[in-house]
Amino acid sequence: MTILGHTALDHTGLDHAALDRTYADETGGGGPGWTPVCPDAQLVPELGAAALVAGRQVAVFRTFDGGLYALGNRDPFSGAQVLSRGIVGTRNGEPTVASPMHKQVFSLVTGACLDDPGITVPTYRVRVAGAAIEVKVA
Amino acid sequence: MSSRIVVAGFGPAAHRLVETLIARGLRGDLVVFGEEPRPAYDRVALTSYLSGRSVAELTFPVPDGVTLRLGCGVVAVDRDRRVVVAADGTREPYDVLVLATGSAPFVPPVPGRDLPGCFVYRTIEDLDAIRAAAGDAVAGVVVGGGLLGLEAADALRRLGLRTHVVEMGDRLMPRQVDEGGGAVLRRHVESLGLTVHVGAGVAAVEAGEDGRVARLVKPDGEAIEAQIVVFSAGIRPRDELARDCGLPVGERGGIVVDEGMRTADERVYAIGECALAAGMVHGLVGPCFTQAEVAADRILGGSAAFRGADLSTKLKLLGVEVAQFGETRFEDAAGALDVVYMDPVAGVYKRLFVSDDAKTLLGGVCVGDAGPYGTLRPFVGKTLPASPSDLLFAGAGAQTELPGDAQVCSCNNVTKDRIVAAIVEEGLTDVQGIKDCTRAGTTCGSCVPMLKRILVESGVDVGTALCEHFAHSRAELFDIVAVRGITTFSRLIAEHGTGRGCDVCKPVVASILASLGNGHILDGEQAALQDTNDKFLANIQKNGTYSVVPRIPGGEITPEKLIVIGEVAREFGLYTKITGGQRIDLLGARVEQLPLIWKRLVDAGFESGHAYGKALRTVKSCVGATWCRYGVQDSVGLAIALELRYRGLRAPHKIKAAVSGCARECAEARSKDFGIIATEQGWNLYVGGNGGFRPRHADLLAADLATDELVRTVDRFLMFYIRTADRLQRTSAWLEAMDGGLDQLRAVITEDSLGICADLDAQMERHVAGYVDEWRATLEDPDKLRRFVSFVNAPGTPDPSIEFRTERGQIKPIPVTVEVTP
Repeated sequence: MTILGHTALDHTGLDHAALDRTYADETGGGGPGWTPVCPDAQLVPELGAAALVAGRQVAVFRTFDGGLYALGNRDPFSGAQVLSRGIVGTRNGEPTVASPMHKQVFSLVTGACLDDPGITVPTYRVRVAGAAIEVKVA
Repeated sequence: MSSRIVVAGFGPAAHRLVETLIARGLRGDLVVFGEEPRPAYDRVALTSYLSGRSVAELTFPVPDGVTLRLGCGVVAVDRDRRVVVAADGTREPYDVLVLATGSAPFVPPVPGRDLPGCFVYRTIEDLDAIRAAAGDAVAGVVVGGGLLGLEAADALRRLGLRTHVVEMGDRLMPRQVDEGGGAVLRRHVESLGLTVHVGAGVAAVEAGEDGRVARLVKPDGEAIEAQIVVFSAGIRPRDELARDCGLPVGERGGIVVDEGMRTADERVYAIGECALAAGMVHGLVGPCFTQAEVAADRILGGSAAFRGADLSTKLKLLGVEVAQFGETRFEDAAGALDVVYMDPVAGVYKRLFVSDDAKTLLGGVCVGDAGPYGTLRPFVGKTLPASPSDLLFAGAGAQTELPGDAQVCSCNNVTKDRIVAAIVEEGLTDVQGIKDCTRAGTTCGSCVPMLKRILVESGVDVGTALCEHFAHSRAELFDIVAVRGITTFSRLIAEHGTGRGCDVCKPVVASILASLGNGHILDGEQAALQDTNDKFLANIQKNGTYSVVPRIPGGEITPEKLIVIGEVAREFGLYTKITGGQRIDLLGARVEQLPLIWKRLVDAGFESGHAYGKALRTVKSCVGATWCRYGVQDSVGLAIALELRYRGLRAPHKIKAAVSGCARECAEARSKDFGIIATEQGWNLYVGGNGGFRPRHADLLAADLATDELVRTVDRFLMFYIRTADRLQRTSAWLEAMDGGLDQLRAVITEDSLGICADLDAQMERHVAGYVDEWRATLEDPDKLRRFVSFVNAPGTPDPSIEFRTERGQIKPIPVTVEVTP
């Protein structure tokens, strides 16, 4: 038997109508190919956030100096969708995130794993448009 | 250079020869015959095999380029044809032959020496046989009270046998210690329950009705009942190959060699315990290694020479430190003065010999405290760096610089000059580098503190830097943060570091800020410093879900609360498991479920159990005097009080504790960071225990404490640990690394030797007063709650990649496919 995580929610009193509503629906969507994911003010420096964009899980980061970066959220070493929860920092000046699972470090700029050359996660375009952070996955 | 080298024997000396030849680029064939069925292993550490070290751990790595013929000794040498004959009848030609056949234990020719139950103590097979026989035995006798005899006695004791030691001489370890030292040593050994018979030989070993050893009879007629007899009364060189092929051997055995380790035949060398070099047979590993290196150098065309060795020894036998260095045998008082210190209460004996003008150090003997050995041995034959009485107590102080030609590592004959040269030429920055380059410190390890000192003297920063962002150790950062009143990571790294941190330094700083009481760990900038577990106040699992562990202080829980846990688990579809710390783990929660789960638990009176934090976990307890018919104190009550006092305390690593209500120790307190065992008079406090990867029993810090004394001592212990430990260093490793060990810890927290106890006490008071439940505080803060979503742009949507199936009536994660393995 396969149980999707959903079933448990039935007992929690959540607003089910909200389940499939996204920030893009509420804000009326971005430009061509761009998807707004959250208000600009909500993305805290060095504290990543995960977003669901066109069926893909994206980890969005703002560094201490204000730079915006977006990577695939999936940790290629564990297969879990967790990179947004990693610790943001620098290695020799390059902005990085460390996987929360086993601490491999990835470049926020290139998506390359700095501890295991040859492993890379996807990178996506990300911008501030008006009051929103927007991501483009295509 | 020769093209075909054959080595007869494969013990440590042969291994060193082979390793040196290959490292120095030997070209040609190298064939090694070993009588034992396995490659060379560390005989010095043989006894550790019985306490669990595996053969693999003891075995020396075999370099590439060697043909090994194991389980096949050499039985004859034909020097005319330059061929050896192996035990299986094969013949092997040589251009150069190295005899490294070692020695055999000497078994005195007494009746009964061959009975079943008689053993020697040299090989892994010997130990296996002794262990097998120990199962049915009650008592054992070791014949021989020297270094090896006491090793064997320790082994019998560890196997649970009532153990006797029979020594011909008038004291234990007669070759290493003098009469005074021997007496102190004997008291130590007897306090461990061993029976010592000195001035006693063996008349016979007698069998019982089953034909096995039943007793050992001394010449005075006294019989020692024992089922095992181990002969360890010295060694005899295995020189029979040399005798049979006409090479000269010494009067009392040993193949005669010159200073190049060459026998009378220029193509045949002898090294190690089978060789008679510089007038004696050497049984210590250090000189044997030197002989191997000298022979290797000669084979490769060099001119190295062996002209005798420093026979200094430092060892710990049966828990007693024994050291001897330099010259300590003086037939009469002429030519030497001696300074003696003896403390029969503490079991310490130290004696230094100096020249008659009191200027030159000649040698020394230490029993019970070998502290001066490391610093004084290199000064043998040199001008004393301080007065003899100062040296006896403190050794040469840290300010004393060693002379360059002083031998720092006597096992591998490495001088200070050579180490300094290696540091400079190879750019070495740590002790491991020195070990790799010079071999210093790789055998007995007693010179490692000296290596560190030489690194520092050479201007090397010994590498306590946390990571690329901070050049400080954790303890240094703690002081900076505390003293300067720094409350944010940004200020700390701007003023004292570089870059923007990483997964090493950020959690360290987060922990330091939390230990010093800087509010909720998810407040402001602190949230971005936390590792994912602290960031979500739960423990991440392999599929990205989290587990939730509510605090159950002391493991005591009401039926009502148990029912709530069951209901919450059922409603949220969580997997439940009882933990080792007497609480209940709820697994499989997604981030967006965490606040909902906490809400239910907090409303029922639960709080965070900090299973996710480098913090106090649980204080486990047995049922104690309230119910148990053996209990002498209320262990549950104390465990709950301690758990509530220290809950939420952030530390360099997790902290586990336990309280047992009597000496039966059902709470397993001695495997904890701090463990308490009830006595009739109060509480015994043990610290530095560990389970897990490297188990260690906690040490007794203080006995029969009243409850308030106990709490004060634990307060200080924990705060001192939090201030000074390295990152991710458990209390066990912290205590072992502490200069002065348990005595130092006791001095700091019970005698206030550093004058910091008032500070430690105040810090703990602040922690206790400032505690808040992190779950409840998060539930009350909408800003923090907003982070608990799977997707920031679709807060109600769960992560679709998380799927479960059922097993034994509960959920389990469906494994995800992974393209790479870490």
